[in-house]
Amino acid sequence: MPALIDLIRAGRRVERHNPWPRVSVDSGTWRSAAGALADGGLSLLGLWGEPARVHMALLDNSTSNIGVISLDCPDRRYPSVAARHRPALRLERTIHDLFGLVAIETPDSRPWLDHGRWQMHAPLGERLDAAPDAAPYPFLPAEGDSLHQIPVGPVHAGIIEPGHFRFTASGETVVRLEQRLGYTHKGIEGLMAGSTVEQAARLAGRVSGDSTVAYGLAFAQAVEAAQQIVVPPRAVLLRALMAELERLANHLGDIGAICNDASFALMHAHCGVLRERVLRAADAAFGHRLMRDIVVPGGLARDITGEGPAAIRAALEQVRRHFPSLVELYDNTASLQDRTVGTGIVTPALARQFAAGGYVGRASGRGYDARRSPGYHPYDGLRFDVPVLSDGDVNARVWIRIREVEQSLSLAGQILDALEAGPIKVPLQIAPEPCEGIALVEGFRGDILAWLRLSDGRIERCHLRDPSWFQWPLLEAAIEGNIVADFPLCNKSFNCSYSGHDL
Amino acid sequence: MLAENASWLFRVTPYITFAAIWVAAALVPTFATGLEFNWSADLIAIVALLGSARFFLALAGMDVGTSFGGIGSSREVMIAALAEPAMLLMVFCVALIAGSTQLSTVATFMASSEVGLRVSLGMAMIALIMVALAENARIPIDNPATHLELTMVHEAMILEYSGRHLAMIEFGAFLKLQLYVSLIICVFFPWQITTEGAGPLSYLVSVAAYILKLVIASFLLAVFETATAKVRVFRVPEFLGAALMLGLLGTLLRFVSRGF
Repeated sequence: MPALIDLIRAGRRVERHNPWPRVSVDSGTWRSAAGALADGGLSLLGLWGEPARVHMALLDNSTSNIGVISLDCPDRRYPSVAARHRPALRLERTIHDLFGLVAIETPDSRPWLDHGRWQMHAPLGERLDAAPDAAPYPFLPAEGDSLHQIPVGPVHAGIIEPGHFRFTASGETVVRLEQRLGYTHKGIEGLMAGSTVEQAARLAGRVSGDSTVAYGLAFAQAVEAAQQIVVPPRAVLLRALMAELERLANHLGDIGAICNDASFALMHAHCGVLRERVLRAADAAFGHRLMRDIVVPGGLARDITGEGPAAIRAALEQVRRHFPSLVELYDNTASLQDRTVGTGIVTPALARQFAAGGYVGRASGRGYDARRSPGYHPYDGLRFDVPVLSDGDVNARVWIRIREVEQSLSLAGQILDALEAGPIKVPLQIAPEPCEGIALVEGFRGDILAWLRLSDGRIERCHLRDPSWFQWPLLEAAIEGNIVADFPLCNKSFNCSYSGHDL
Repeated sequence: MLAENASWLFRVTPYITFAAIWVAAALVPTFATGLEFNWSADLIAIVALLGSARFFLALAGMDVGTSFGGIGSSREVMIAALAEPAMLLMVFCVALIAGSTQLSTVATFMASSEVGLRVSLGMAMIALIMVALAENARIPIDNPATHLELTMVHEAMILEYSGRHLAMIEFGAFLKLQLYVSLIICVFFPWQITTEGAGPLSYLVSVAAYILKLVIASFLLAVFETATAKVRVFRVPEFLGAALMLGLLGTLLRFVSRGF
């Protein structure tokens, strides 16, 4: 089983790719990388395309090294990774839809993001004209006595993002769930290509609205890595402060929303109050409730306001005071526990195989946190724990969120204590020669991967990989054997991004 | 707005269910016994009327052929199949004690001093409250405020309805809630209920008392719904099984010893 270092040595090193190496490999090495993924020695961090090339970001599970291997495919074909390592499947189908590259021996050649309404094939590749295709999407079959199908979505009874769920159920018990996503495809990769760094930074912040800080940070770090820019310490701290506020607000919202899906509205209302408090503090400190467009390559677009630190401290204090009683309420409400405990279990083996990040992975024994490993400033100088549980049920995912709320409260306090006056931005002078950067940032859902290539001072190509890519398939596994009526609860405990996934 | 393949059944069901619930509601003595309709039928007729209303609604849920209507109807019928026996046992228990299934007679008897505290009645009351929660699609059985189509019971069944049809069904649902609350009040808390032939002042007092009792019941319902989460669909049989057992025990205790 080859380690990542062997794969890197086997290839030709690509110049000016930072901070982790990228090598150009042959198809034999590509295949052995797929084998190492299947054996569990490596984890898949990302798989994306270019018009005649595919890239794969890999994490070595034993050494925590990260590297990118690339395979040139002038004949538009490359050996399928998914044939041996299933988590790559949806990414390969996406590469086919966007770039027209064919994965040889792919176990599933159906389209994924392309619903036949773009009026062209491979919009980022050959751009072949195509008539709108109204052929029904062939869902996977499930056969047996008295099985029936329940189609849900993409338009739902509540105001939520669009996604189609096809249940095959035997009475109330789910036999198979198949997701169909791609309804919010916005063509971000196509819009990024050729745009200026400033425009692209704004686009990156709009990939998934609830993680706008994390996306902005991932993109900025990738640009800074490509350009070898060092961001001033004050900007680094303020970025982390915003990231923790975002995590805090989202986790508080999620904890309430999960309880609300079990019809326990009391938690929802109380958590909503705390979330609102955090958002208002963010608004007072940074001039925007969700802190959009503040993280820019090179630093920050604007500094924290004068009253900002005090407003944030007051909000943190309020959360610190009220949150423990909510945790107690959650833990002591038997009817609620009856719903969350043992529902929607993701086994540790699956979480490991799919390299699921965030609360989904950490609730199933995979304690990966991009803030720890590979780690980035300022987290190397801050004290925090990464909570890990192994039950893998809805309850465990709630508890991971509860623990992370506590960690984020502590982190935000530490950051405010460490804050010193200083510049918040270094001027960005993009060198004309091509260079590439990659970054891995911990959003509230998990690790967000950003990879980009700059040339002539513009973005030549940029790929942003949402953590949901490796969480959505686990939801299909988690609901199996559960009852149909428990799906909303499981779904909310995953809270995967539609927008970030559909890109 | 109607689905293209909706049959006549789908169109008439809102009126049928509303009418059935309306008549059933009129049979319950709210603030006074012997109101105009009270003598027309008894407690068993109320159960039957509500049962037919549900029967038509379940048929209409399946009429258009969407999956949610089917899910809703099957869940509703499952709940009804468990709630109805529990309700009937409660009726027997009360009827044995009061000596009649006629609600006005029952209320008059319950308001009199011969009743006293009885274990059977306590059990019957808890059984009726549990049945009422289930029948009215309240938490912990169903959530009338949910937008999650996969967890709905009553709401899933009527998902295809809109406009005046939906209004009729919703009105019917409200009326049904009031019916059950009034039933609980009339059988177990008939204090200040006016008997026939009393003066106008007595009527005024009993109307005020009735409204007060409704307000208290709504408040208790809200408190209960806030303090508990919804149960899994497959826990519903356990919940209603408990109601059935309470009704049965109440009836048996009544037989075993006249003192209870």
